[in-house]
Amino acid sequence: MPADALKCKECSTTYPLEARYVCERCFGPLEVAYAAPAGAADELRRRIQAGPHTLWRYADFLPLEGPPRSALPTGWTPLVKADRLAERLGLRELWIKNETANPTHSFKDRVVSVALARAIELGFETVACASTGNLANAVSAHSAAAGLPSYVFIPSDLEQEKILATGAYGTNIVAIRGNYDAVNRLCTEVAGERPSWAFVNVNVRPYYAEGSKTLAYETAEQLGWELPDRVVAPIASGSLFTKVARGFQDFIDAGLVSGQVPVMCGAQAEGCSPVAQAFAAGTEVCRPVKPDTIAKSLAIGNPADGPYAVELANRTSGSIESVTDDEIRAGIRLLAETTGIFTETAGGVTTAVLAKLAAAGKIDPAERVVAYITGDGLKTLDAVRDAANVTEIAPSVDEFDAAFAAAGVS
Amino acid sequence: MAVTVKLPTQLRDAAGNQPEAKVEGATVGEALSSLYEQHGDLRSRMSDDGGGLRRFVNVYLGGEDIRFLDGLETPVADGDELTILPAVAGG
Repeated sequence: MPADALKCKECSTTYPLEARYVCERCFGPLEVAYAAPAGAADELRRRIQAGPHTLWRYADFLPLEGPPRSALPTGWTPLVKADRLAERLGLRELWIKNETANPTHSFKDRVVSVALARAIELGFETVACASTGNLANAVSAHSAAAGLPSYVFIPSDLEQEKILATGAYGTNIVAIRGNYDAVNRLCTEVAGERPSWAFVNVNVRPYYAEGSKTLAYETAEQLGWELPDRVVAPIASGSLFTKVARGFQDFIDAGLVSGQVPVMCGAQAEGCSPVAQAFAAGTEVCRPVKPDTIAKSLAIGNPADGPYAVELANRTSGSIESVTDDEIRAGIRLLAETTGIFTETAGGVTTAVLAKLAAAGKIDPAERVVAYITGDGLKTLDAVRDAANVTEIAPSVDEFDAAFAAAGVS
Repeated sequence: MAVTVKLPTQLRDAAGNQPEAKVEGATVGEALSSLYEQHGDLRSRMSDDGGGLRRFVNVYLGGEDIRFLDGLETPVADGDELTILPAVAGG
């Protein structure tokens, strides 16, 4: 394992690789620090290519001691060349990283895989999380597969699909009368009082967050060990957004790819856009908001990694944009109609921001663009409830011909 | 005003290993100053050079983030409860 410490992102104080997430000196977030991977780049590349078709092929870049294992294989999702969507948007080369293909149909399987593997190494026997839905799905499924009890804390007004799909795994669902930020606050308090529980996104958050780096590793490998020019990804807490960039940087530093970190473009829903607002205002201070959007999986009003997301967008000449609920619905439809990929509201946000950037001429048509579609449309069916074209007829050829006369016969 | 401040586990070693402290003040800022007078080590951990809160320290009054209220100027009443928590969880 090349990981050698937990390090504060604010003041650089280091700590051993334990279950801790906050710097005791300044309250800054802790992040896993690594020694350089052993061996030459060619050797490292061969080791990756010989690995399993899961995120564990990147074990050299993950914070685990032993050989990584999980009962529910995750990752190595398709990178789909989206020519029809590119044409619609006036772009040359566009790829969709389709994270709906994970075991619980969102990228959260990645972060949970790493968090759970590390939690087991640290001796935890109970798993928990604060979730906007997708994380609850992933925690309950991976805990069930590992044979560990789990507790998932969610806002009580979450989409039914996410609650039911979580309940199927036999977890303990704790529905909080409040928004995600209230859930998160409660979990932070409970985590302090129940040190024997691994809250994947609280006390083992530094390990959890590392899982998102594999989105970048896979993308680079699937592009033939090359980098995208630009990335469009959603922002809730800002963890995925910043870790994707970190993943590309890791591969550059290891000599596996050449070039620079892509232009990083973040996507938020207008009804919960504290990071986009901070970016627009030219500050890294993200003033918290009360979320009001259909994109519930992105509805974090008090984003932990918001300041770092703004800093990253600025450093890579990117941007952070927001879109309305109507634009989100249109984004879901646009992606489905041009790629065959049905995404949840968060993917609608990402697609709508991609379309907005393209329409505004902010993307050079020569660029290679990758958009991260982080979750499945079956989880947020309400968003498309009025979108289906349904023609009801009797089982009669005459009625069918009458209804579809204009469609032609060949 | 007598106010109770609930401390997160990460700060308790600087406060005599107690989970909470009883302080005095008419605003959140005054209550925190009173806290720092009792436990001097907490000042550098929680406040920045300008006397404001460090950016990853969240303070709640009766469950509401003080940034939705008047920040450190928010008035407090007798018996109110302030909760201090790290901001870096979640997502």
